[in-house]
Amino acid sequence: MSPEPVTTVPAASVASRVSGTLGIEDRPALAVDIRGLRKVYDVTAAVDGIDLAIPAGEFFGLLGPNGAGKTTTLRMLLGLTPIDAGSVRVLGMSIPEQEREIRKHLGVVPQFDTLDPDFTVEENLLTYASYFGLSGPVLAQRIEDLLELANLETRRRSRINTLSGGMKRRLTLARALINQPELVILDEPTTGLDPQARHHLWRQLRRLRDRGVTLVLTTHYMEEAEELCDRIAIIDAGRIIACDSPRALIAAHVEPWVISLSARSARRFIADPSALPARMLEIADSWLIYTADPAAVRAELDAAGLPHATRAANLEDVFLRLTGHDLRE
Amino acid sequence: MSRAHRPLLPRPSLRFIPVWRRNLRVWRKMMMPSLLGNFGEPVLYLLAFGYGFGRLVGELDGMSYMVFIASGIICSSAMFTASFEGMYSAYTRMAEQNTWLAMLGTPLTLDDIVFAEAVWAASKGLISAAAILVVASALGLVTDVRALLALPVVFLAAFTFGSLALVITAVARSYDFFLYYFTLAVTPMLLLSGVFFPLQEMPEWVQRLAFALPLAHVVEIVRPLMTGRWPTGVGLHLTVIVSYGAVALILATTLIHRRLIR
Repeated sequence: MSPEPVTTVPAASVASRVSGTLGIEDRPALAVDIRGLRKVYDVTAAVDGIDLAIPAGEFFGLLGPNGAGKTTTLRMLLGLTPIDAGSVRVLGMSIPEQEREIRKHLGVVPQFDTLDPDFTVEENLLTYASYFGLSGPVLAQRIEDLLELANLETRRRSRINTLSGGMKRRLTLARALINQPELVILDEPTTGLDPQARHHLWRQLRRLRDRGVTLVLTTHYMEEAEELCDRIAIIDAGRIIACDSPRALIAAHVEPWVISLSARSARRFIADPSALPARMLEIADSWLIYTADPAAVRAELDAAGLPHATRAANLEDVFLRLTGHDLRE
Repeated sequence: MSRAHRPLLPRPSLRFIPVWRRNLRVWRKMMMPSLLGNFGEPVLYLLAFGYGFGRLVGELDGMSYMVFIASGIICSSAMFTASFEGMYSAYTRMAEQNTWLAMLGTPLTLDDIVFAEAVWAASKGLISAAAILVVASALGLVTDVRALLALPVVFLAAFTFGSLALVITAVARSYDFFLYYFTLAVTPMLLLSGVFFPLQEMPEWVQRLAFALPLAHVVEIVRPLMTGRWPTGVGLHLTVIVSYGAVALILATTLIHRRLIR
């Protein structure tokens, strides 16, 4: 057994630890540096050659359909999935060799609830902190701060099974922050939450920006990605097919305006679609018309007497354009 | 790649202690019913078997049947308690509550976690053995101070049984799976290791089989200590117990690693 010193000293900053190996000129330091990452299950590649460089302080989103490889990528960041090929460096340290050291500076919000049902809210924080070797008055103060952040001060003695879904998520985030992490990893943090709870969690996450925390999250919600992330990687079939800021992705991949109309109207309208300065797409029982010149299309639709609605293109349009419309499951 | 990097021998760190304390914290919440079981069950066994059966049996190996059985069930109880903890409770933490998964988001490794679970199972076994010792002393069945030396032996044995149980947990797909282990391993050991009657009464091949398993060796050390004698062949008995424990811990850690890190 290797006795290991248990530390209560707050972590040194990423920059100072990394600069020792990289040198000052390499800043900004990368919180995550993934190169040529691959993971093969049986014969299928779940992750098929991913390169990813996330600078410290960035809020980064992994977006993709189910089974695209998002969760596998996150698991490899945490050392929970063995790497078949490529390299993963987190906070300047490499996986799997320095896994334990890395996780001292990491906060994790898993996709599924892993709170301890035998404990109260406060005991959950206390117990989780003990895994980091944290204790004493510093921890007590930190728990107070986190209970306040999570808006759970009045529920500190509540059992976990009496909490709502939103409260559990907030507590899970608070728990992930107990060691004052430099990098927080969230796997679908707001899946299953109602809009109020979702907005509350977003607000909590935004507050981490001021502390210089790096955030890596996966999500299905385009709104969440647009709302929170500086940059987004769209991932499909184990590969990154696009990576940029939400605004740049929209500008690069879709026309700026979208006009929607019902399928019945559309059938009358598209007798000759080639006549239009636009791209048309059928989704379920409505049609979307992507165009840079909405006035011209609207004039046509009005002339035909068809009801329609116009909006600015968003991330969902990019996502559908790049990953297609087929159901994945 | 990472799997190939994994050394065969588990390397737990002192960080296992907070995991052990987490289990202790949960246990303390249910301490009263748990202790009631620890004390109540041996009392029932001693009264039922000791009085009911003891009248018929009289003396065994130069001691009253009550004393004989008290020194036996201190071993079997540790085995049962540690096995339960290593299977039902550990499986709940691994597969139902994702407790271990949460721990893997912290500096803990599976080596720490599995080792902590084995030590915790040993601790539960020790608690149950200590309860029996108290009951047996109160009934006047134990008079020699050497009985206290049985406790570290029981702790070691419970560590072995806990580790064996964790091997089963590593491959279990549901709680029902544990019945195989209880039926095929725990119960035969209970009946064939000299807990309720002396092994010498059994055919030669049964005795050989019994001594191929760990429980008989535990009884061989604990019974003399409980009855004011010095056990013989302690080195051999301890070697068997420790070997089973070491191999089981390595196997459990490897299999659980394979199950969770994929």
